[in-house]
Amino acid sequence: MTDWPKTFDLVVVGGGNAALCAAITAAEAGASVLILESAPIAYRGGNSRHTRNFRCMHKGPASPLTGCYEEEEYLQDLMLVTKGKTDEGLARLAIRSSEDCLPWMKAHGVRFQPSLSGTLSLSRTNAFFLGGGKALVNAYYNTAEDLGVKVAYEAQVTHVHRQGDRISHVEAEIQGRPRTIKARAFVLASGGFQADIDWLARAWGPAARNFLIRGTPYNRGVVLRDMLDQGAASVGDPTQCHAVAIDGRAPKYDGGIVTRLDCVPFSIVLNNDGQRFYDEGEDVWPKRYAIWGRLVAAQPDQVGYALIDAKSIDLFMPSVFPPVTAETIEGLASKLGLDPKAVRRTVEGFNAACRPGRFHPTELDGLATEGLEVPKTNWARPLDTPPYYGYQLRPGVTFTYLGLKVDARAQVHGAEGPIRNLWAAGEIMAGSILGQGYLAGFGMTIGTVFGRIAGKEAAAHVA
Amino acid sequence: MSLDTTPILLSATEEARRQIEICNACRYCEGFCAVFPAMTRQKAFADGDLTQLANLCHNCRGCYYACQYTEPHEFALNIPAILAEVRVESWERLARPQRLARVFQTHGVAMAGLLVVVLAWVFWAASVLRPDAGSGFYAYLAHNTLVAIFVPAFVLPLVLIAVSVRDYWREVDGGRVRLAQVLSALGSALRMKNLSGGHGEGCNFERGDRFSDRRRVYHQLTMYGFLLCFAATTVATVMHYLLGLEAPYPLLSPPKLLGVPGGLMMVAGAAGLAWLKLRADRSLGAARVWGAEMAFVLLLGAVALSGLALYGAAGSSLVMPLLAVHLATVMVLFLLMPFSKMVHGFYRLAALVAEAGKPAPTAGGE
Ligand SMILES: Cc1cc2nc3c(=O)[nH]c(=O)nc-3n(C[C@H](O)[C@H](O)[C@H](O)COP(=O)(O)OP(=O)(O)OC[C@H]3O[C@@H](n4cnc5c(N)ncnc54)[C@H](O)[C@@H]3O)c2cc1C
Ligand code: SF4
Ligand code: SF4
Repeated sequence: MTDWPKTFDLVVVGGGNAALCAAITAAEAGASVLILESAPIAYRGGNSRHTRNFRCMHKGPASPLTGCYEEEEYLQDLMLVTKGKTDEGLARLAIRSSEDCLPWMKAHGVRFQPSLSGTLSLSRTNAFFLGGGKALVNAYYNTAEDLGVKVAYEAQVTHVHRQGDRISHVEAEIQGRPRTIKARAFVLASGGFQADIDWLARAWGPAARNFLIRGTPYNRGVVLRDMLDQGAASVGDPTQCHAVAIDGRAPKYDGGIVTRLDCVPFSIVLNNDGQRFYDEGEDVWPKRYAIWGRLVAAQPDQVGYALIDAKSIDLFMPSVFPPVTAETIEGLASKLGLDPKAVRRTVEGFNAACRPGRFHPTELDGLATEGLEVPKTNWARPLDTPPYYGYQLRPGVTFTYLGLKVDARAQVHGAEGPIRNLWAAGEIMAGSILGQGYLAGFGMTIGTVFGRIAGKEAAAHVA
Repeated sequence: MSLDTTPILLSATEEARRQIEICNACRYCEGFCAVFPAMTRQKAFADGDLTQLANLCHNCRGCYYACQYTEPHEFALNIPAILAEVRVESWERLARPQRLARVFQTHGVAMAGLLVVVLAWVFWAASVLRPDAGSGFYAYLAHNTLVAIFVPAFVLPLVLIAVSVRDYWREVDGGRVRLAQVLSALGSALRMKNLSGGHGEGCNFERGDRFSDRRRVYHQLTMYGFLLCFAATTVATVMHYLLGLEAPYPLLSPPKLLGVPGGLMMVAGAAGLAWLKLRADRSLGAARVWGAEMAFVLLLGAVALSGLALYGAAGSSLVMPLLAVHLATVMVLFLLMPFSKMVHGFYRLAALVAEAGKPAPTAGGE
């Protein structure tokens, strides 16, 4: 910190994908850049360190992507998951720019690999990072360092000081010491607020205290709150978060990808009372996994139990925790802490409602139950082959929707118009495009596209 | 450690199982090397599966720096280190006698000690067995004496290794071997594919999370250098016995044309590997054998350097001491083949052959 200039050209708040893309772009344009990352070096990179791919438009095969994936199809996919809750202009901008991201990422050290085993369906739309998101983050930090970007770790920004239509400085706590840092331009890329459980509980209700946070504990929305308090325009439903059902034994924070459970379509899912509550076979898992977070969140104690038998144990990716195993349904129920009689009754009722037919694990096979209040419309096979397996499910929060509203230049606005030297990128503004739902790989696309735009605009502003 | 009764401490194999199961639920590192695709074949890992994965691992360390679950995360992953430990333990377990492996794989000093003993013995032998006639270095040790000593010192260790590799094959359930498998394995080894990082820019050894091809380059210099020297010796043997052409050979003879560049490559390679080893993070390898591995690298360098020096010193009074040093280092290298890092080449190749024989990895579910 002794070699820092008195005033930086650009201060970037955050140290994940969006922040790094902005910092690198601005530094390449000649700006002096400081990254303020609240995490220590071992945990740098926010939620970006947990990612595996980004969604990329392409007009023909572009290694590692197969086939083509064009603007209209991409937009349709987005419209489907957001149910139209998107800003079409910004969405098209993100989609169109994603094509150019792939070569840019490669040129800045990111390496790709063919789509991972078990994810073949994504090989056309999503480019997988070799080694995953942490490898991407490492590559970007190295590139940034080579460009002379300064990085402060354990640097939590507590306040972004607004004076009229400009930001004058930020206040931060760097390794426990308060500091004021001046710059001529600022990019906010500090993610959402999902790691602040109190905030989540205020927004969602007390049930949120039982949620697990899939990613970094450092995205606490401090900067987002501070900007909202200073009248920055916002977008996105403040009460909503994206939650999926994950293994209930996952750590409170940072459990990441390995805690996901893909067994639901082949299971019956019970609540604490031993009752089923939703059609487990409604659609293929990639299209349904995102709703199960909410479904489980709505159950007593925010917990669910997926039960399968020996026929299905090899049909899905292994989870990080071994399943609870028993030779009888009652035995399994008591091991899971459920009422054995109630579970027995539910399983018997379910088994009796199953019909013979062709079972096909990777397509909608129409193998449905008959006469149940809560039907299972595909992959309905009786649980009759021991050993039986059980997984506890809990809601795992991926991100929150509330964010800063930006324009096509990634600029942040106050009530009276743009804040002249302030831009935002990544999750902190993603609500502008993702008003609801989620499209796999789109988070990194938004961060890369708007990070680069923010970096370019900021550098032009100070040039 | 027979008094160690703390059952909560996992054995290396158990700890590897814990870590590999986490990886198998993640798979982000699939593109780095052969280990990750191989693990997707199963959900549960028998001890033999872990032995095989450990011997497939080339310790490139890509999966350490890329991992979101390394310490301080509670999952505490360090795949390169735990696989290195399982690998070394498998070599100790499969070696016979095991005790020798335990001593020489762990203690560089033991290797140095053996070297001193052999060196003293060579001096003694040279003074006692000095022939009446003979030119070049055969003036010091008759050719037949050399052969009588070195052939068993070379063949016996190889026999021991063959037995160990057979046991390895059983342990990992290698199955029948087809030629295509062997060719594929040789292809991987000759290009050192598993140290390419998957993208061809090398591994994460001496530069932290940045990639570098240095380790691959130095390893290949050492390996090809060694093979050239070995070829030189073989050619010389043929010339000696079949063609009646005795050493010393001129510069433009096959043994020298192979041996001199081979020796230079080995010296450069070993020096490079030793330098990299000093710079790399020891906690990402099998830390307890670091000293012995270093001693082995230096021994390889010493074999080549003394050989080159011997060639350079032809006709001078230095021939006798250099000859002694060269013969002693070669002797130790041979004798310790089953009990030193040298054995890694055999197991590694076996692991690659076994892997090539398995069905292409597929993963369950989507
Ligand atoms: C388990 C998991 C898997 C995912 N997989 C994918 C995927 O495969 N593909 C995909 O596209 N998306 C994925 N996502 C979503 C993706 O992670 C995000 O969309 C993306 O990382 C957002 O990038 P970002 O740079 O905006 O935020 P982040 O990467 O979260 O970075 C925010 C940064 O800000 C820092 N910060 C926070 N507050 C402060 C402060 N006050 N002062 C200073 N710094 C601060 C944080 O430490 C962090 O470095 C996944 C998310 C999770 C949780
Ligand atoms: S080393 Fe870490 S990132 Fe790589 S596959 Fe294993 S768990 Fe995943
Ligand atoms: S250290 Fe390298 S070779 Fe070994 S498992 Fe990890 S990525 Fe593969």
